[in-house]
Amino acid sequence: MSEPHEAAVQAHRAHATTGTYLTVAAVLTVLTVFEVGAFYIPQFKPILIPSLLTLSAAKFSLVVMFYMHLKFDHKLFRVVFLLPLLFAAGVIISLMFLFRVL
Amino acid sequence: MSHAAAAHYTSTGLDSRKIAFWAFIGSECLLFGSLIATYLVYEGKSVSGPTTHQILNIPLTSVSTFDLLMSSLMMVLALAAVQRGDRVWARVWLAATATLGAVFLSFQAFEFTHFVREGLGFTTNLFGSSFFTLTGFHGGHVFVGVVWLTTLLVRSLQGKLGPDKALNVEIAGLYWHFVDVVWIVIFTVVYLIQTTPLPQGVR
Amino acid sequence: MATTAIPQSSPAVPAAPTGVWSWITTTDHKRIGVLYGVTAFLFFLLGGLEALVIRIQLGGPEQHVVSAEFYNQLFTMHGTTMVFLAIMPLSAAFFNFVIPLQIGARDVAFPRLNAFSYWVFLLGGLFMNASFVAGPLFGAGHLSVAPNAGWFGYANLTSTQFSPGPNIDFWVLGIQILGVASLAAAFNFITTIINLRAPGMTWMRMPVFTWMSFVTQFLIITAFPVITIGLVFLLFDRVFGTNFYNVRAGGDVLLWQHLFWLFGHPEVYILILPAMGIVSEVLPTFSRKPLFGYAVVVYSGVLIGVVGWGVWAHHMFATGLGPVADSVFSASTMLIAVPTGVKIFNWIATMWGGRLEFRTPMLFAVGFISMFIIGGLSGVMHASPPADLQQTDTYFVVAHFHYVLFGGAVQGIFAGIYYWWPKIFGRALNDRLGKLHFWLMFAGLNLTFFPMHFSGLLGMPRRIYTYAPDLGLNTLNLISTVGALLTGVAMLVFLYNVLASRKQPPAGKNPWGAATLEWAIASPPPAYNFSVLPTVKSRLPLWTEDGVSEIPDVPPGPIHVPPGSARPLIAAVGILTMGIGALMHHHFLPSLLTVLGGAAILVYGIYSWAFEPFEV
Repeated sequence: MSEPHEAAVQAHRAHATTGTYLTVAAVLTVLTVFEVGAFYIPQFKPILIPSLLTLSAAKFSLVVMFYMHLKFDHKLFRVVFLLPLLFAAGVIISLMFLFRVL
Repeated sequence: MSHAAAAHYTSTGLDSRKIAFWAFIGSECLLFGSLIATYLVYEGKSVSGPTTHQILNIPLTSVSTFDLLMSSLMMVLALAAVQRGDRVWARVWLAATATLGAVFLSFQAFEFTHFVREGLGFTTNLFGSSFFTLTGFHGGHVFVGVVWLTTLLVRSLQGKLGPDKALNVEIAGLYWHFVDVVWIVIFTVVYLIQTTPLPQGVR
Repeated sequence: MATTAIPQSSPAVPAAPTGVWSWITTTDHKRIGVLYGVTAFLFFLLGGLEALVIRIQLGGPEQHVVSAEFYNQLFTMHGTTMVFLAIMPLSAAFFNFVIPLQIGARDVAFPRLNAFSYWVFLLGGLFMNASFVAGPLFGAGHLSVAPNAGWFGYANLTSTQFSPGPNIDFWVLGIQILGVASLAAAFNFITTIINLRAPGMTWMRMPVFTWMSFVTQFLIITAFPVITIGLVFLLFDRVFGTNFYNVRAGGDVLLWQHLFWLFGHPEVYILILPAMGIVSEVLPTFSRKPLFGYAVVVYSGVLIGVVGWGVWAHHMFATGLGPVADSVFSASTMLIAVPTGVKIFNWIATMWGGRLEFRTPMLFAVGFISMFIIGGLSGVMHASPPADLQQTDTYFVVAHFHYVLFGGAVQGIFAGIYYWWPKIFGRALNDRLGKLHFWLMFAGLNLTFFPMHFSGLLGMPRRIYTYAPDLGLNTLNLISTVGALLTGVAMLVFLYNVLASRKQPPAGKNPWGAATLEWAIASPPPAYNFSVLPTVKSRLPLWTEDGVSEIPDVPPGPIHVPPGSARPLIAAVGILTMGIGALMHHHFLPSLLTVLGGAAILVYGIYSWAFEPFEV
C-alpha cells in the first residue's frame, strides 16, 4: 500500500525545482508591475478592470499550481479545492448581481 | 493484512493531514469570498467619510504586495531545504518567510493607523467597516501564519525538523501561500479596481 | 499511555476503559457518537418542551400562558435548538458511530479533533441555553435573556437599537461556537471517507448513508463560513458600532438575509441528507432487497447538495428582489425537486416486490418517505414567487418545514436509532414499544402540523404569541396543540423503551440480517472495531458470496488502540471562555482580559495537542 505513496513522492520531486520557483517569483513580480502600471497609465482606463482581473487570475493560478504544488499533486486535491473556490466565486458574482453592482 | 500495515493504510496513498488541510483551504475560500463580496457590494455606497480614492496608498501597498509574494518564494525554498535535510538553509528560509510576513503586518499597521488619523475608522462609514474587516481578517491570518512559522523555526533550531517532518512544513506552506493568494485578490479588487464615487445623494 | 493488547497464547482483547475520566478524554468514535447522541437527545427534549409551551400558549385565542416577550424567546430557542443542538448533532452521532464501521476503518482520521468537535458542541449548547437564567448577570429585569429574534435573526431587529440586551449576543456567539464544532467534524469526516476506506471499498461500493454524509460534510464546509461572516458583521455592528447592517450609513439589511440564507438553505440539506441516507440503509434491509438504482440515488444526493447551493433567495421572495432574480431562484428551486423525486421513486422501487418486514426501523423509514412527500409538495408550492407571497410568513410555511424536518429528518433519525441501537448497545429496543412510539408520534405530528396548512392559508402569521378569537383559527390551533401533546406522549414511550432495553436479549452481530460492514462485527463492537482490516469485494458485502474477507472474532495479534487525551477539552474550554468574554463587551477591560485568557487556554490546548505523543 505504500507503493502509490512512493510513486507520488517521486513524481513530486521530479517536477519541482528551485529554478521553477525562482522563475515563478520573477513572473509574479513582472505581473505585479504590469498591474500597478495598468492602474497608473491612463490609456488603460477603458480596459482596466478586465486586464487587472486577468493579471491577478494569472498570479493566483501560478501560486496555487506551483507554490502550492497543485499542478503536480494527486487530482483529488484539485477537486477538494476547486469546488469551494467555484462556490466562492459564485457567491461574489451572484451577490454583485443581486445588489445591482453588476 | 499485518497490524502495522493496517494502522497506516490509506485508500489513496496520500497523507490524511494534507487532505484535511486542502478541505480547510476550501472553506477559507468561502470565508474570504463572503468578505470580498460584501466589500464589492458596498463599494461606493458610503454616505459620508473618506473613500477609496482619497485614502488608499497604491505605491505603499504595491511594496507590501511584493513583500508577500517574495515570502511565498522563501516558503517553497524552506520546504525544499527541509525535504533535503538541509538544516541551515531550512532555518534561513523559514526565518526569512516569517520576517517578510512580519514586515507585511507592519506595513498594514502603519496603513491602518494612518487611515485612522486621516479620518477613516472602523465605524466611520461603510468603507471603513468593510475595508478594515476584510483586510483585518487577512492580517489576522498572516499573524497566525507568522506564529506558526516561528514555531517551526524553533523546532528546527531544536533539531526536530528533519525530512520526516517535511509534511508539517508543507502544510504550513499551503496555509502561507493561500494567505498570499487571498492578498493577490484583495490587492486587485480593493486597491487597484476602485469604483468612481457616486455623486452626492444618488444611491 | 498507549493501550496495547498484551500478547498471550490467544491475544487478549483490550478492555474498553471505564470511569468518567475515560469518557472525558475519549477519542474513540463510538464513545463520541454515544456522547453526541445522548447530549443531542436531551437538547431535542428541551426543544420539544419549548414547542409544547408554544402550543399550549396557542391552544386557544387570546391566552396569556406566557408573555409576548418570553414567547419570542421560546420560538427562537425552539428553532435554534432543534436545528443546531438536536438534528445536526443527532446526525453527527450516526456519522461518528456508523461511518468508520461502514467503510471498514478502525476510527476516524483525526480522533482528537473528533473529541474536540463534541466538546465544543456541548459547551456551545450550554452557553446558548445559559441565557435562560443569565438575566441577573446582565442587570436585566427578568431571569431569561434568551435569544428572541427568531432562529434566522433578521437585521436590523438584531441591532443594538432594537435588541439592546444580551439576548442576541448569546445567539451570535453561540452559533459561532457551534460552527467551529461542525466545521472541525466536517474536515474530519471528509478525510475519513476519502482516505480510510478498507481495501476494495471503492466509491461506488460505499453505503448510501456514508455517501449522503459525505455530501453533507461538503455542504458544511462551504455554507458555515458564510454565516460566520454574516454573524461577524452582526457582532461587530453590536459591539463596535460598524455599519454592515446600518441603513443610515448606506448599509443594507438584505445583506444579512443573503448571507444567512446562503448558509440557511444548504443547512436544511445538511439536516435532511443524513436522514435520507439512513432511510436508504433501512429500506433494503427490511425489504430483503438491494437498494434500487444505487448509482442514481448517490448521484441524486450529490446533485441535491450542489443545486441546493443555488436556491437560497427563495426565502426572500417577499423582499423585492426583482423579476429576474425571482425567476432564477424559482427555477432552481423547482429543479431541485427532480433529484429529490428520483430518490423517492427509487426507495419505493426498492420496496416493490421485496419481502417486507415492518419492524420499527422500517415503519419510521416509510413514515419518512410519506411525510417527506407531503412536505416536499408544500415546498414546491413555495417555489412559485406569486404563490409564495401568499404563503410566506404564515403557518403554511411552518407546516412545510415541520413536515420535512419532523416528518422527514426526525423520523429518519428515529429509524436510525432503532436500526443501529443493537449495534451500539448490544441489545435492540423493544419492537412493540417501538411501534407504539411510531404510531403515537405519526398521529401526533400529523395532528399538529396538517391543520397548519389551513391556518396558514387562512392568514395566520408566524411568530405571533396569540390571535383574535374571530379569525376562524381556534379549532385548527386546538387540534395542533392536542397533536403536540400526543407527540410528547410518544417521546415518553420512547424513553421508557430506552430504559427497559437492558432487559432485551443480546442482539448478536447482525440481528436484522443487513448487508453492510458494520453488521459483520460484534454488537457492541470491540474498541478496535475490526480484528483485521477487511477486504471488500461487493457493495453488499454480507449479502454476497465472498463479499468481504473473513474477519476473525479474536484479533490475530496485538492491536494498538489510541489513548485518550484531555487536550481537545482544554481547547474547547478556551473557545468557550473567549465567547463568555465577548458577552461581557459592555465592560471593556474584564471582557478583553477574558477573551485573551480564553485565547491563551486555546493556544495552550492546541500546542500541547500538537506535541502530545499520539499514535492513531
